[in-house]
Amino acid sequence: MTEPVLETRGLSKAFGALKATEDVSVALHPGEIHAIIGPNGAGKSTLIAQICGALVPDAGQVRLMGRDVTRLPVPARARAGLARTFQISQLAMEDTVLQNALLGALGASGRPWRFLRPALGDQSLRERAEAALERVGLAAQAATRTAELSHGQRRQLEVAVALTLAPRAFVMDEPMAGLGAEGSARLTRLLDGLRAEAPILLVEHDMDAVFALADRVSVLVYGRVIASGSVDEIRRDPAVREAYLGDSA
Amino acid sequence: MSRETLVNLTMLAGLVLVPLWALWADEPFTITLATRAVILALAAAGLNIALGIGGLVSLGHAVFFGIGGYAMGVLAYHAQTYTPLMEAPVLIEGTKSMPVIWLVALVASALAAFVIGLLSLRTSGVYFIMITLAFGQMLFFFTISWARYGGEDGISIYLRNGFPGLNTLVPIQFYALCLTLLVLTLALTAALMRSPFGLALNAARQVPERVRAVGLDPFRLRLAAFTLSGAITGLAGALFADLNRFVSPSMFSWQLSGEFIVFIIIGGTARLFGPVVGAVLFVALEHWLGGISAYWHIWFGLLLLGIVLFGKGGVIGMIAGRARTHD
Ligand SMILES: Nc1ncnc2c1ncn2[C@@H]1O[C@H](COP(=O)(O)OP(=O)(O)OP(=O)(O)O)[C@@H](O)[C@H]1O
Ligand SMILES: [Mg+2]
Repeated sequence: MTEPVLETRGLSKAFGALKATEDVSVALHPGEIHAIIGPNGAGKSTLIAQICGALVPDAGQVRLMGRDVTRLPVPARARAGLARTFQISQLAMEDTVLQNALLGALGASGRPWRFLRPALGDQSLRERAEAALERVGLAAQAATRTAELSHGQRRQLEVAVALTLAPRAFVMDEPMAGLGAEGSARLTRLLDGLRAEAPILLVEHDMDAVFALADRVSVLVYGRVIASGSVDEIRRDPAVREAYLGDSA
Repeated sequence: MSRETLVNLTMLAGLVLVPLWALWADEPFTITLATRAVILALAAAGLNIALGIGGLVSLGHAVFFGIGGYAMGVLAYHAQTYTPLMEAPVLIEGTKSMPVIWLVALVASALAAFVIGLLSLRTSGVYFIMITLAFGQMLFFFTISWARYGGEDGISIYLRNGFPGLNTLVPIQFYALCLTLLVLTLALTAALMRSPFGLALNAARQVPERVRAVGLDPFRLRLAAFTLSGAITGLAGALFADLNRFVSPSMFSWQLSGEFIVFIIIGGTARLFGPVVGAVLFVALEHWLGGISAYWHIWFGLLLLGIVLFGKGGVIGMIAGRARTHD
């Protein structure tokens, strides 16, 4: 098997007595979508926070392209090739949609120390930002104030900002939440193609999307991975059915 | 042209025409008042970069104002007493040259802002406000006990410092110099707001998590903004000292830091001309209301309260509406 692009080894994190992450080892390989599913409060977002550097684990490792990045702060991990989307949109609400995408392009360029010329006049930043908006279907909203976007459009913009980074791996926390049928279908198509550019660690509640997209699924319950395998294996797994999927699956 | 641009241009025209009228009408005191307003506007314009764009509520910006003031005071004092500032290891003499004084004021206050920023910008909210306040008080009490430079009494300078090709003793010429520096600073701020740096700094105020997630460090962005901001306020301090031909520890007082913030809030936070509108209103009201009532601060406070409660976006916001987010 190829070396994983992104990997956690024995990751653990407790909040007081609550074990939010317990000995979690997951790997993300080139070209794949690895879905993490689990009930509310299972520790999915906490896991992502540790992968991206916002939370320091109590034990275990995060490795990016074979390199131990457990001690790197968030910006350094982003520059090393990790792009995330947030479960709760983290966007500059006062700025336009284009400006939010430009921020991503600016981060990717690594050259924020320019004080005099307008950011909007920088063609390479602008092209990168506009291309990302185009891909998520927000090109027409480029000049809109982000605060005026619908909830679903904000979710799309989250993804667009991640796209501007052209990362080595994507980590997405419930990108489909609140998108509606048409929006989900569109984003599903986008992610489907995106895995060829960089693999995606996808936390998602939308089971249709997960079963349509995932090459591999890991099930997180009370901070532990209780099962990991292909979509079919997960569907059949009795422990998963009991703990999470119910009988509808 | 947007309404805000119109307001800004009107303001600028006023800053040019009113002193010219005062010159024609032989009202030198009006020119002095205008100079005071322009210098305070410059100080607040410096703060606006940290507070308006960066969201850093510094209650210690008088530190930089005072450092600029003392840069002028100390250099000019040694020049007028013909004593060197320092003999070993290198001879440093005083100077009466404005450009040199400005440079020293800019560099000294930038350095101070960098160090204070380094120590305080890891904190936020009330802690940040308290730390910046504490630095201000430290320098305030230090200068009070700095006997070599007059302690509590400060330093008086007999003659205003010079600028090549100008007679700075003529009020309108000194005013023109101050206004030029203000306009240059506003032009720089306008460019900064749209620049890649401004975009990132502005985002770091709104969503620091996002800024980190795209690989940029909000702390560094803020430190750069704070340093630049302190340098500009320091330059204003040097001009203020030259206007009064006097510098004293009161330039470090926290009340002054508070007034800078008030100018920005009155004019409109993060508005390019917010500090200008605020400072001009303040100086005008100080003059008129101060003539009517010794308790003019109370009236001024009520006005401020009204603006904060009913006019989000300050005076400029009330006239021109919400800030435009794109061009
Ligand atoms: N900073 C924190 N301090 C204390 N407890 C926390 C903290 N962050 C998360 N938790 C707790 O850890 C557990 C896991 O939370 P987490 O947000 O990771 O769940 P999740 O799987 O993302 O849930 P959801 O599907 O609702 O997003 C929850 O019980 C939560 O209350
Ligand atoms: Mg979550």
